[in-house]
This record gives sequence, structure tokens and C-alpha cells, in this order.
Amino acid sequence: MYSKKVMEEFSNPANVGVVEDADGVGEIGSTIDGDIINISIKVKDNILEDVKFKTFGCVVAISTSSAVAKLAKGKTVDEAMSLTNEDVINYLDGLPEGKDRCSGFALDALKMAIDDYIHKSK
Amino acid sequence: MGTMKRIYMDHSATTPVDPLVVDAMLPFFTDLFGNASSLHSFGSEAAEALLRARKQVADAIGALPEEIIFTSGGTESDNLAIRGVVPFNAGKKHVITSVIEHPAVLNTCAFLESLGHEVTYVPVDADGVVDVKILEKSVRENTVLVSVMHANNEVGTIQPIEKISEIAKKYNIYFHTDAVQSVGKIPVNVDDLGVDMLSISSHKIHGPKGVGVLYVRKGTNISPIVFGGNHEMGMRSGTENVSGIVGFAKAMELAAQRQDADSIHMTQMRDSLISRVFDSISDVRLNGHPSRRLPNNVNMSFKYAEGESMLMLLDMQGVAVSTGSACSSKSLKASHVLSALEIEDDFIHGSLRISLGRENTMDDIDYVVGALQETIAKLRAMSPLADR
Repeated sequence: MYSKKVMEEFSNPANVGVVEDADGVGEIGSTIDGDIINISIKVKDNILEDVKFKTFGCVVAISTSSAVAKLAKGKTVDEAMSLTNEDVINYLDGLPEGKDRCSGFALDALKMAIDDYIHKSK
Repeated sequence: MGTMKRIYMDHSATTPVDPLVVDAMLPFFTDLFGNASSLHSFGSEAAEALLRARKQVADAIGALPEEIIFTSGGTESDNLAIRGVVPFNAGKKHVITSVIEHPAVLNTCAFLESLGHEVTYVPVDADGVVDVKILEKSVRENTVLVSVMHANNEVGTIQPIEKISEIAKKYNIYFHTDAVQSVGKIPVNVDDLGVDMLSISSHKIHGPKGVGVLYVRKGTNISPIVFGGNHEMGMRSGTENVSGIVGFAKAMELAAQRQDADSIHMTQMRDSLISRVFDSISDVRLNGHPSRRLPNNVNMSFKYAEGESMLMLLDMQGVAVSTGSACSSKSLKASHVLSALEIEDDFIHGSLRISLGRENTMDDIDYVVGALQETIAKLRAMSPLADR
């Protein structure tokens, strides 16, 4: 029921971990809800030089986290901020119906991390 | 892909059909295809096969042939027991069941509630055992039926059926049990258990899908829920699924013959799996009763690893299991059974049900322990919770 791309990202995710001396950190979720997604970023010359994630959750939570990290890495702050949920789902060749609840969480965590960076750099 | 090892450990969901069962069924698709209601020789061949099958099933559970009603499976049997008895016993509108029943019972009870009947859902303790004291206190003047499962399908806890039967007898209430998970694993005899009705499903015991039975003790005031040509002594109309019933009866016979050996074999594998997982993986808990559990059921929760993710990583290693921690559209929601067990939040999203079968081996257990270690390590390395 999951696309081949989802299973690839899920079973072999890239960018797992925490960026050292991160410029911004975003985290969403709780143990009660189930999923927790943590995204940390390193920004240099307005470019997301590094994006890493740590995720506890289902197949969708993990595969979207991996997708978001890949999509955001190397983009400018503005470009990363304008990523949409659709971009993530398209990158994963779609998600099964009823599994869209947590598909936006990873992107939310990324945007929280960017907000954190913007706030800190003011 | 080559030849990846594939190990099936989801026998509480369904089982492979035993080759002896297939052999018993095959003639009934081609040569012996008659309708058991027909008067000619084709019909009587089928009718005779049904007669034999009814006796085989009755013998396996200590019942009389006329107390055996063939149905389409466990769900229909549960429906018939509840919807056939409750609305047809004048003035008695109250049913007692438990919070951890199968949806076939819970949703049937919910339907009766919508028609104005009353249902009490008795709680369970932290091991999943139905609280017999609360059950007895729930009895009312107008209680007509108690329905409590023999063994739970998710956590494998075996219920105190004999005690509940005593209560039912004391207050003159009908007692139904869903024995879908217990047949073939622990003794199932209708008199020893003291039940008036008992549901069995064929495909959980290496029989074909689409067939089951409701045992109904003689003298029970029950109405059919499927009407038509008055098959099954008028209790379940519809041309009998002769090949399915023959296969099911063979599976029942084999289950009864093999139960002692199967139970020892599965208990050894179960206990080995549990102790090796506890020895080699940290932050794990066993869900369900430590000893009063089905020989083939292992239900464990792991911290910092989510159920669906574990299931899928295990599947990629060829191991088929299930989880009670499904990711639904609204939330990561634990099953109604796990929720009733008061499992801490840290554990409830990381449950796995590993249900063994007679064809599993100790080598399979070795492989699964290794696959579990790899799976949990991989997910914990990804989890932000594991290093806090």
C-alpha cells in the first residue's frame, strides 16, 4: 500500500541525527500523540547547509522526515520556507489514503527550525 | 529478490490450510458437488458428508451433533449468539460483556444498544483478565446474556470462563463464549467450560476461510438471524458450504488430535522467544497475563520504536507479525484491548503481536529474535526519545 519511494526513504533514510551547534531546532509531537519529529538545521550564507532529523513514529512519519531533510538541504531559507506538503507527497510518489495525518508534521518541524533560526539571528 | 527467508508468525490473523484438510475438501468441488437438500444421489452424498462433519465437530468439543450450527465464520457465529438470543427473550433486555471482546461482539452489542437494549462492558485488570466480581455485580433482573471470550485475540489472556459460567448459572443467564482463538491451543469442551453457546472459526485452525460454527446447547431460546430455506435445523438458512464444512470438520479433528503436542511445541517456542527478547533487548514489556495466556501468543511493547514501523521493517526481513498500535487517519491510536490494559504512553505505541503456529520451528525463533534486535536498534537510532 506504500509506494516504493516511501519504503526506500523509510528503510534507508538519509540525514538521521542532530546537527552539531545547530542554528535552528524544531520539534513537534509528544509520546501521547505518538509521533515525535525533531529537525535541526545549519545555515550558512542564507543556505540550509545541513538538515538532520530524528523521528519516533510510523512509516509516514519517518519517510516524510527523510524526504523533508533531502528537499530542504541546499535550499535558501526562503525556498525552504515555501516548500509545501504537496512537494513532500509528490517526492514520495504519493501516500495511501488515511495516512495523511502525519504527512505534514515533518514539514512543520522544519519550518519551526527555520523560525527558530530567524528568531535567533535577529 | 532471490530467496528471502519468509516466516509467518501471524496465526491469530489466519493460518495456512493443512494439506490433509485440502485433501478432504477436494472431492467436494468436483465429484461430490451436490446440494445437500436435493433428494437424488448427488444430494444425499452431500447430506451424508454434512452429517459426518457435524459429528466430527460435535465430538471435538464434547457436544451433540444437533447442537452444531454451521455458519460463515466466527463473526457470524458471534452475531447469531447475541442477536439470536437477546431480542427474543421477552422483557430481558440486558447483556453483559467485556471491554476487550472482538469487534464481532462489541459492534453487535453496540447495535443492540441502538435498538434500546442495555449493555454492561466489564473492565479487565492490567493483565487483561475480566473482573469477575464486577461482572457478578453487573447482573440485573433483566439480564439475558453474558458474552465473554475464551482467550483474547490480541494479548492472549485466557479468561476465567468456568467462574463466569458459575455466575451465569446462579442467575439463570445464558452464557456465550467466543473460542475462536483458543480451539487447538487449549482444551475446549462445552461442558467443562459450562457454556450455552460457543463460536469457532475454521481458518484460525488450519481450515478454509468462510466457515465456522456456533455451538448452541439444547433448550437455548434462540432465533435465527438469516432466514430462507430452513437449512441447519432452521437456524441458518442458505445452501450449506459443503466443501468448507468438510474441511473445517477435518481441521477440528486434527486440532483435537494434535492439541497436546501443538500446545507443548508452541509453549516452548513462546517462552524461548520471550526470554531471549528480554535478555537481549532493553525497555521491553510483555502485554497480557504472564502465565494465563495462549501457548502461541507473544505480545510485547518496545519503548522508542513504533508498532507499524517495526512491523514493516520485520516484513522486509521476511517476518510477518501484527501490531495493536496502528497509525490511523486521526491519531496514532492503540487498540481497544491495549488501551484497556493501562499500558504507559511510552510503551503503548510500540506493540507487536507474534502469534505462533504448529509449523513454526525453534530455528524460526532464532531468526525472529535476530530480526527484532536489528529492527529495534535501527528505529531507536532514529528516535529522538531514545537518547533522552
